[in-house]
Amino acid sequence: MNGGAVGTGEAIVFWVSGTLAVIGALGMVISRKAVHSALFIALTMINLAILYVANSAPFLGMVQIIVYTGAVMMLFLFVLMVVGVDSSDSLIETIKGQRVAAFLLGVGFSILLIAGIGNGLMETSSTGLDAANAAQGGNVEGLAALMFGPYLIAFEVTAALLITAAMGAMILTHRERWMPKRTQRELSQERFASGAHPGQLPAPGVYARHNAVDTPALLPDGSTSDISVPEPLRVRDDIREVDPAEIDEVRQLSADSSGEDDGR
Amino acid sequence: MTDGQFGLFGTDPWWLVIGKAVAIFGLLVLLTLFTIWWERRVVSRMQNRIGPNRVGPQGLLQSLMDGFKLALKEEVIPKAAHLGVYWIAPVISATAAFIAFAVIPFGPTVSVLGVETPLQLTDFPVSVLYVLAIASIGVYGLVLAGWSSGSTYPLLGGLRSTAQVISYEIAMGLSFVAVFIYAGSMSTSEIVVAQQPIWFAVILLPSFLIYVTSMVGETNRAPFDLPEAEGELVGGFHTEYSSLKFALFFLAEYINMVTVSALATTLFLGGYLAPWPLSLWEGANSGWLPVVWWLIKVQLFIFVFIWLRGTLPRLRYDQFMKFGWKVLIPAALVWVVIVSIARLFRNDVALSNTELLFIGAVIIATLLGGSWLLSARANRKEQRRLDAEAENARRVNEVLTGAATGHPVPPLPGQRFEYTPRRATVTTAEVSSSQAIDADAQEDPHG
Repeated sequence: MNGGAVGTGEAIVFWVSGTLAVIGALGMVISRKAVHSALFIALTMINLAILYVANSAPFLGMVQIIVYTGAVMMLFLFVLMVVGVDSSDSLIETIKGQRVAAFLLGVGFSILLIAGIGNGLMETSSTGLDAANAAQGGNVEGLAALMFGPYLIAFEVTAALLITAAMGAMILTHRERWMPKRTQRELSQERFASGAHPGQLPAPGVYARHNAVDTPALLPDGSTSDISVPEPLRVRDDIREVDPAEIDEVRQLSADSSGEDDGR
Repeated sequence: MTDGQFGLFGTDPWWLVIGKAVAIFGLLVLLTLFTIWWERRVVSRMQNRIGPNRVGPQGLLQSLMDGFKLALKEEVIPKAAHLGVYWIAPVISATAAFIAFAVIPFGPTVSVLGVETPLQLTDFPVSVLYVLAIASIGVYGLVLAGWSSGSTYPLLGGLRSTAQVISYEIAMGLSFVAVFIYAGSMSTSEIVVAQQPIWFAVILLPSFLIYVTSMVGETNRAPFDLPEAEGELVGGFHTEYSSLKFALFFLAEYINMVTVSALATTLFLGGYLAPWPLSLWEGANSGWLPVVWWLIKVQLFIFVFIWLRGTLPRLRYDQFMKFGWKVLIPAALVWVVIVSIARLFRNDVALSNTELLFIGAVIIATLLGGSWLLSARANRKEQRRLDAEAENARRVNEVLTGAATGHPVPPLPGQRFEYTPRRATVTTAEVSSSQAIDADAQEDPHG
């Protein structure tokens, strides 16, 4: 801020973070996988935050990481993962001349941006960071005074806009339940009130010879248990038969093992 | 930068900065080893077991030996893993865990080899936000681990941890606001100094409770350890990790526990300041002694973590999310509003009795209106439930017809299955006399 004198430390931070930020930005555009793009842009955001901190804007840097890297990009990643783990961009142009148009628009936008900011900066005289910070007693206090002073309306309107967007998203994805959700208590009360066996249904069991869904469990006494077969199969009588020889074997096995237990 | 406390930060010679960083690293590794042992012993005690007591005195070296064993194990990398991301995820997790500790104050200014220096690596005006920011970078480790493993359970674990940490970070951030308002600063060292007469845990009790709850959610610890729920997700995000990479996740989890405990100590329990009866003694808050108070307070929080793990069963996922969004965040918001209003009244507003009465009337009217709305809502809900029950009662014994013609669909509440035979049960003996069986089957398909 004063005469452009840059310390060695700051220069190192600038060149390292700046390079990483540019690499991240390029990687975000170049990489085919959507998740990789998201990671590269997170890298860019973190390095920009480091640059903010190095330029004596610690609050901005931290908020950049918390809000953009921590929340916005994280939600992006979340959506990407839900949508498809391996989704990647196709490089086929769906609209003719898309790339040329995009390139021209990009160049045009950068010229506009540089010209606009450059023009704005020409006419504004700089107070200097130290003086600006000293006016309110600190960098954070200065930001607060600006945000909740002259720019209060803009701040509140932006907040209202964001909340409206969030509400809109919630309403669009809201589904009306066609009957009230039963609570865990009600469910358990029903389960016991019906008088049916409240626990899990029998699994194929220790002596199982097959684990297909239509195979009934073999009970130790040599009988089969029909309730171990799913109901839709059971009502259609789609229960696989068990070879009587196997049943005998099971009865024999369980008799042996209980005999051993008694011997102990 | 503001003056005062920050004067001593950034003036350390290079060897002292390196020394402090190495000391913090060593402390964190030691605390991790200790915490693992401590946790196993305490949980054992709570479950009527003894716990590790063979290696070293009282089994103290057990976690060190386990660490060696873990590091020397074979590393299994799944074929479907995205290698680069798979490799960097544990690194992000562990790095973030370590660097968050840079702004935690261990003690007041002391003299090290003739240099006056605060017992804290660094500090700046927004250092509490720095801890939050680093924590949110650390989540990337979990999420990327889940994604890059190329397997379903880790992916689900990764998604859960994202949702969980984002949700609980909001409540956590909101619980800081009251502390910032009362301390007038967001720097850790200034917040500690601001608790000189009385700790913020006392005057800002709701904030403290909200923070303690959300810090358990933030560190994925029981009862909020849904990203690694064994019963549902095998190991969660680190299912496919083994050997040293798994050790890094393990390390990160325990360091995160220490970090959030240290932050709780700093923000609410007066950091390194001596507890009340001791604080009457002048020397309790100077020199190296406060490090002991700090350590005791941090261990207190870690004990709470262990205690919770030994006591509470894991929450169901929807209950957990509902608790975060519908209880913690609104409670934190209401509390922030109350604190701000109280501060405003104390600082700049002088009210007449009429105005006070008017404000009281408005508050009472709001509460009455709110309770009326709530009861009306409860009535509507009850009515909907009764309607649905009537609908279900109507449907009782109605036959589900879907299965007869197409795919067997589940019945609506109250409906029962229609009996649709697809295959008559035919035994080999019966096949020979098929004519008689056919007539039989038509009569009674059950066989």
